[in-house]
Amino acid sequence: MCTMIAHQAKIEGRGKSGEDWFEVREANVSYDHPYDMPLEHALNIDFVNEAAGPGARVAVELSIEAARKLVQTIEAVLAQAEQSGVLEDKLQAASR
Amino acid sequence: MYQTNQYEGMIAETVSMQGHKGDTINAYVARPLGGGPHPGMVVIHHAPGWDEWYRECTRRFAHHGYVAISPNLYFRDGHGTPEDVGAKVRAGGGIPDEQVLGDLDGANKLLRSLPYLNGKVGVFGTCSGGRHGFLAACRLKNFDALVECWGGRVVQAKEELTPKQPVAPIDYTKDLPCPMIGLFGNDDKSPSPEQVNTHEAELKKQGKNYEFHRYDGAGHGFFYYDRPAYRQEQAVDGWKKLFAFCEKNLR
Repeated sequence: MCTMIAHQAKIEGRGKSGEDWFEVREANVSYDHPYDMPLEHALNIDFVNEAAGPGARVAVELSIEAARKLVQTIEAVLAQAEQSGVLEDKLQAASR
Repeated sequence: MYQTNQYEGMIAETVSMQGHKGDTINAYVARPLGGGPHPGMVVIHHAPGWDEWYRECTRRFAHHGYVAISPNLYFRDGHGTPEDVGAKVRAGGGIPDEQVLGDLDGANKLLRSLPYLNGKVGVFGTCSGGRHGFLAACRLKNFDALVECWGGRVVQAKEELTPKQPVAPIDYTKDLPCPMIGLFGNDDKSPSPEQVNTHEAELKKQGKNYEFHRYDGAGHGFFYYDRPAYRQEQAVDGWKKLFAFCEKNLR
């Protein structure tokens, strides 16, 4: 890609693509050419499961301002949840 | 120029070819039916992937009388929609230069093996494909003409080099054996106008046969009619200039 600015985070989660949910194992974050956002470069996040092939992907493409707002909002929500004593990261049931 | 009473036909299809280290990859080939011999063109897809625009671009070269081949440089990264595969490659920081060179060499050799080729093969690429085109022309030394459209990262600072891109293409300028045409938008950030100037200065210094065209009011990817970056006037002029260049150097 033209900027080559890309990082990967190993994560645990679920993503929905079409009708189906799938296990998300990686978040690929890049600042590079988007596919749909009308910008030369965008903050792209692909929630993927590499083991399941390229099609296991939930994509978002954000403006810089939107990306910063998203980061702040996630931090704010996590801080509030922590303050409220409700943070819980143990899976409650077996993976589907 | 096409005449209205002229016969015209084309075949376009996916084929298999031998790429880097003898790997089998797929490629899209389009060629005029009948006539010949025809010049060849290796069409290098851009960073977003081996997509519909590149299918159409390959057919466009065939429409203009070229045997065109566009190898799938992302073949080894799995299959799916061009976007999904392209996103995977994007996340991995692109593909290794050596692998790209092997695949482009394979495409060149496939064209040269065809009985209806006129013995000349050019190389065309946009975005990362422009960079790969410049690299291929300099390193493989078996292309007869180079069309580089807004090749990003031809000029690379030391800190931008990676194991996949260990050498900045500009460092190979002295080895460029063929004429080249370069098309650039003055609003582009990759390559920036300053980088285009550096690119040109090196070509001039090495006494190479080149022509650069810079367009005001255009940024990165101004040929892409499916993106907001499309600039009709600049794109039409760019295609006209590059086909004139190809006719002169590949017929």
